[in-house]
Amino acid sequence: MVPISTLHYLVVAAALFVLGVIGVLTRRNVVIVLMSIELILNAVNLNLVAFSRIYGLHGQIFAIFVITDAAAEAAVGLGILIAFFRNKETVNMDEVDLLKW
Amino acid sequence: MQPVATTFFFYFLSGLTLIAGVLVITRRNPVHSALALILALLGQAGLYLMLYAPFVAGVQIILYAGGIMVLFLFVIMLVNIEKSQKEEQFNKQWIVGILAAVALGVLFVLVYTKGKSLFPERVAQLPEQSNTQEIAVMLYGNYMFTFEIASLLLLVAIIGAVVMAKKRI
Amino acid sequence: MVDYIKSYLESTTTPGQAGNMFWAAVYILLIFLGLSVAVIAMNWLERKILAHMQVRLGPMRVGPHGLLQPIADAIKLLIKEDIMPSQADGFVFWVAPIVVVITAFTVFIVVPFGPTHAVTDMNIGVLFMLGVSSLSVLGIVMAGWASNSHYPLMGALRSSAQMVSYEIAMGLAVVSAVLMTSLNATGTGTLSMIGIVQSQQAQQVWFAFKFFPLGLIAFFVFAVAMVAETNRAPFDLPEAESELTAGFHTEYSGFRWSLFFLAEYSAMIAVSSIAVTLWLGGWLRPFPHLLGGSTWDLVFSLLPGITFLLLGLMAFVGVFRMPKHPYFRVQTIGLAGFGMVLGLIGLLLFLPEVRNRIQDIFWFSAKVAFFMYLYIWYRGTFPRYRFDQLMKVGWKALLPVGIGVLVLTAVAGVLL
Repeated sequence: MVPISTLHYLVVAAALFVLGVIGVLTRRNVVIVLMSIELILNAVNLNLVAFSRIYGLHGQIFAIFVITDAAAEAAVGLGILIAFFRNKETVNMDEVDLLKW
Repeated sequence: MQPVATTFFFYFLSGLTLIAGVLVITRRNPVHSALALILALLGQAGLYLMLYAPFVAGVQIILYAGGIMVLFLFVIMLVNIEKSQKEEQFNKQWIVGILAAVALGVLFVLVYTKGKSLFPERVAQLPEQSNTQEIAVMLYGNYMFTFEIASLLLLVAIIGAVVMAKKRI
Repeated sequence: MVDYIKSYLESTTTPGQAGNMFWAAVYILLIFLGLSVAVIAMNWLERKILAHMQVRLGPMRVGPHGLLQPIADAIKLLIKEDIMPSQADGFVFWVAPIVVVITAFTVFIVVPFGPTHAVTDMNIGVLFMLGVSSLSVLGIVMAGWASNSHYPLMGALRSSAQMVSYEIAMGLAVVSAVLMTSLNATGTGTLSMIGIVQSQQAQQVWFAFKFFPLGLIAFFVFAVAMVAETNRAPFDLPEAESELTAGFHTEYSGFRWSLFFLAEYSAMIAVSSIAVTLWLGGWLRPFPHLLGGSTWDLVFSLLPGITFLLLGLMAFVGVFRMPKHPYFRVQTIGLAGFGMVLGLIGLLLFLPEVRNRIQDIFWFSAKVAFFMYLYIWYRGTFPRYRFDQLMKVGWKALLPVGIGVLVLTAVAGVLL
């Protein structure tokens, strides 16, 4: 077998990214869209850490910051979801179609 | 110490992560999706360990799998209604969405294979024993400003999430 | 073969470092066995000690002085009917106890029983233990959710909120202990469990007594947070019978319930071993320098044997106090046999070959056993916290104290 090189990890990260984008574009449930966004962020992290093996530790530090930001964004996104659900009683993305209700 | 069975573990862990990713976007029940995402995150932590990044793997398990996913499960339990599981799961433009995403993926793979000569194949010697210490030296040295901004960002996110989810402000 | 085993006894690294799969597997089996024995012993000890604290006797019938009670409980749980609620989510219901047990057992990979007696010594040991014990929250949330009933759901949500809140205080206390490891010549600390105990050995002080009173306050914060983390009294509202009819494991019966129970005791032992490693000097014996020298070393090395002989003696006292009635003959013989086994183990531990090697494991286990006794003592003494009081203590009391002790430890480390 071919020895595992950086390219293998980049292809896995690209596949995860594509899965996340499919989830964001095709699902109706808001919670699952948020989880697909987490998949995208994870793919980016894998890319960063794979490159940091070549170029030094900067990639890993960037990955730590990305994880921190993902936590903050998940918290705020889920807060918005709860506020939305309290008003409209649905988690369907297609129902989010008014600027103010 | 020589790594053991690198090829097997790489294919096993990346297969686990990708299959869990597919399960995340295709399950009808959001709790099953969340469990599949936890599996994907744990597989990813294993991939980080293979890339000689133990600290990032530890942070991934504690923060992502142990913190963010607990938050997701809480919110799923708060907003889960049976009605959403009986509705149509995929929206009307699913074909175009999948085609666009696959085109993006093909673009990525083309960039990687055609541009393989651009990044060096030599591997930097990252000794695993002092990974945490070196990350700490860089984090509190070069990246101190970014660190403080990240903590400010977390403070703003906490306040924002509390305000959004309160019943009355 | 014997040479292979003997050659391993002289090794200077853990099996994980050495890449030796056979010995790593042997260590894992030994840890499984030890944990099972420890959980069974904890079950019996908890019932007897709680009973004696409440001026009653506890289980006395099943074996001599109730010694076979845990085995009877295990057999009962194994042959009970396995009930699953009809509307429950089948897969999640099945997977939840497995997740909790796996996370409770996986942390024992890095627990150091001696300088070479851990399965492996990861250089992120403490981070790994904290991370894997935070995964057990997920198992509890899944268990409460999959039962499809409101008491388990409330219990699971309360339990996971409590565990997540006290994890933060635990993490801060752990960081202030890790800070103390960096006060050496090179100025770098370490996150590895064996490295932390070795730095306590090099600095000749247990971290609980370093920078008095900062080490003690950090130790106290961790001790309180770890009781809340494992859902034990006085923080056991999520599984209290009078409040929530057993909380998140209400709908589980038979073997599945025993998996939760096994995981709870294993988690107790795991967080106690973190506390022992970080603050109480791991496998180091007390006063290695104040009471140093070869005679004191000899005295301290005789202690494991003396402990087991004392336990055997207590069993024989029980034999003499047994009623002299033919109905009690079997129990008397059983207790005498048990006492003789303990005495034989004690005599075995007097041999010089065994004596020198068993020291580290004995001191570590003795300190963890002290923590287990503290857990049972808390259960018999303190009334239960109400849930809002529990969250207040976690966020408004332990967290600021943790941050304060961290800042003061850092300042003390730089200035002193």
